[in-house]
Amino acid sequence: MNLLEKIDAAAAARKALLPNGVGAFGIPIEEVYSATEARIGDRRVLLLGTNNYLGLTFAPECIQAAHEAIDKEGTGTTGSRMANGSYFGHRALEKEFADFYQCNSSIVFTTGYQANLGTISGLVGPGDTVLIDGDSHASIYDGCILSGADIIRFKHNDVTDMEKRLRRLGDRVETTLIIAEGIYSMLGDQAPLAEIVKLKNAYGCILLLDEAHSLGVLGETGQGLVEKTGLLQEVDFITGTFSKSLCSIGGFCVSNHPQLEQLRYISHPYIFTASPSPATIASTRAALELLRKGSHLRKQLWDNCTQLYSALKEAGYVLGPDPGPVIAAVVDTPQQALLLWQQLLEHNIYVNLILPPAAPEGKSLVRCSVNAAHTEDQIRYVGDTFAKLYSVISSHS
Amino acid sequence: MTDSNYDEIMQLLCDRLSSLTNTNAQISPETNLISQLSIDSIKLLNLIMEVEDTFDISIPINALADVQTVRELVDLVHKIKSAS
Repeated sequence: MNLLEKIDAAAAARKALLPNGVGAFGIPIEEVYSATEARIGDRRVLLLGTNNYLGLTFAPECIQAAHEAIDKEGTGTTGSRMANGSYFGHRALEKEFADFYQCNSSIVFTTGYQANLGTISGLVGPGDTVLIDGDSHASIYDGCILSGADIIRFKHNDVTDMEKRLRRLGDRVETTLIIAEGIYSMLGDQAPLAEIVKLKNAYGCILLLDEAHSLGVLGETGQGLVEKTGLLQEVDFITGTFSKSLCSIGGFCVSNHPQLEQLRYISHPYIFTASPSPATIASTRAALELLRKGSHLRKQLWDNCTQLYSALKEAGYVLGPDPGPVIAAVVDTPQQALLLWQQLLEHNIYVNLILPPAAPEGKSLVRCSVNAAHTEDQIRYVGDTFAKLYSVISSHS
Repeated sequence: MTDSNYDEIMQLLCDRLSSLTNTNAQISPETNLISQLSIDSIKLLNLIMEVEDTFDISIPINALADVQTVRELVDLVHKIKSAS
């Protein structure tokens, strides 16, 4: 089988799972009306698959900042910061992130994906070890692979299993990086950070926490799980993304370790890519300001999360262990998930379809992401629709 | 490690692969994990965690890049177990 035939075989497998041209992945969105509504085909749909947790995609402050940046600095930087220089906005945003996390250093990356790639591959290399949660995001796996370090997985959120694997490493713990996530993207559950920190200190490792889904969502000022648990000073490196609560694109790493600055000179995902555009940086800076003072947005978000989680639970769905902005209905088969996804779209609700092997433990997920801009009526409609569809899904094998 | 240890690893992995892939086909040392057993990446990674626990060893998942057949997987586990 040649290279192109291999791709054809993968395409055939995908078509077998998604017959009749069902476009569950990369669905065409024709118009976006607001943080909660868009048009798919000829349907005006409710958006529950966007990770837009604080609902800031149309915040006037962010839009105005982006407009002004384009007028002043143009549409793009046309190169990397290493070669083309760091604009005022890049440096200002890094200072603001360092200030937000009360850290000495901060680096902004062009995407959240690259933030993990660049940080992990800069921190560890061949001969070192990374100990990662089994449900880690692909950017963490890819960062580990890029680094050349030995990759060991522990069972998802299982600190007993994690300690067993730490013990087996023996002297190698000294050059081991532990990686966990504030909120996991598939089931929406949170890392047991206090126990992880305890083990990290006992074994003398370095800990990196990815707050991609928890930034803006957890903690009084939205720092994430580090703030909710009061463990900010115990985590060595924090990464995150601009593409969820901050409604743009990009990523960051903050740390009190001065060595973070050296990553600018060794991290390929930082060096060999174009830097974020002026408009992206400007809207991110405006959004970060809104996020920091957005306790009312977090309250609204959590009210919405609790409302939808309770409705789905009451309807009989199997959900992740914690209510939160990611609420995933777990079903047994890809066919059930696909049917539920299609039926929800028929009812003008857009959610995410997650099939094996992306979903944990061979299950399939229909994943909702709730945001602060959803109204009580919108959430009620989504909950009622899920409830109405429960018997249809349960009887479908 | 003796040959009996190698055989033990081979037997264990063949049994687990058979159970994981629900196949009635005979699994031999030359069976290809992907093209013949269609084992997906997550199942393989979970199997590695089981093997780590069974033999109390650490198997870096990046080492799996060179593994295509059952024999190559057994060789990897045997090598790490022997060095531990």
